[in-house]
Amino acid sequence: MIELILGKYNYWICIALMMVGFYAMIAKENLIKKVIGMNIFQTAVFLFYVSGAKVNGGTAPILMEGAALYDNPLPHTLMLTGIVVGVSTTAVALALIIRIYKAFGTIEEDEILKMRENDG
Amino acid sequence: MGGIILDIVLLFFLVVCALAAVRMRDLLSATVVLGAYSLIMAVIWTVLNAVDVAFTEASVGAGITSVLLLATLSRTRRGEAGFEDAPRRRVVTGFRPGNLVLLLVAVFTFATLVYGSTDLPDFGDPEAPIHTHVAPRYIESAYKETGVINLVTAVLASYRGYDTLGEATVIFTAGLAVIVLLRRTRE
Repeated sequence: MIELILGKYNYWICIALMMVGFYAMIAKENLIKKVIGMNIFQTAVFLFYVSGAKVNGGTAPILMEGAALYDNPLPHTLMLTGIVVGVSTTAVALALIIRIYKAFGTIEEDEILKMRENDG
Repeated sequence: MGGIILDIVLLFFLVVCALAAVRMRDLLSATVVLGAYSLIMAVIWTVLNAVDVAFTEASVGAGITSVLLLATLSRTRRGEAGFEDAPRRRVVTGFRPGNLVLLLVAVFTFATLVYGSTDLPDFGDPEAPIHTHVAPRYIESAYKETGVINLVTAVLASYRGYDTLGEATVIFTAGLAVIVLLRRTRE
């Protein structure tokens, strides 16, 4: 049991963080809160990949004399790309929120839906 | 053993920050807490030897994301619904009974994924499939083939250069989209 926990606790924390972000995305009415949830979800996925790249006794993947084991450089590279893409999606989402605020005067999803119902 | 304790303390703070960022009524506080979350994440990645990812997260994740959120708050509003009327009444949002189903969905997904994670290789296992396929080739021949001692740079700029080109395309498209969305229109 202890082995199971020590071997997997990192993944479980990733999953917990993902679910915190997921809950914020589906349950919060405030659009900015949804973006914050999306950010938490994204970084949780990155943490999952970077945890997978770790090798016991490995050093950072920078070549040096006397290092026997290196951590896996591939997930690190992919997550570098992922972080930048995540910021791009955040920027577009926030620009959309500013437009929505201009059009409806609110950033609460339920209020926007009510206004759209009344209009049409 | 000290490594594990440090790891667990950092992960604990991470979860606390995530919960606080999601629950706070004041969006400005939530943004600041999200910045703290990103910085703790950068420390965890340094502990996990992912130094390149760590400084990208510290600059791009904690820096640019916070700036973008602050810019949005200055153009919209500072709090969730009802915050402006009574800013000091409560720090966190009350739980609405209607959200119980959604909470159960999240808990059920958590349980399913934890059940699935028992089949994953252990944390740090050198025999895990992820470490036996492409990575050894990168580690053995990256210096011969590219002349770069930082393997992450070698993979990013050389072996997977097209990925990075695609990433640049995504940033360009996102920049265009933001400009088009926020451009002042004559009405």
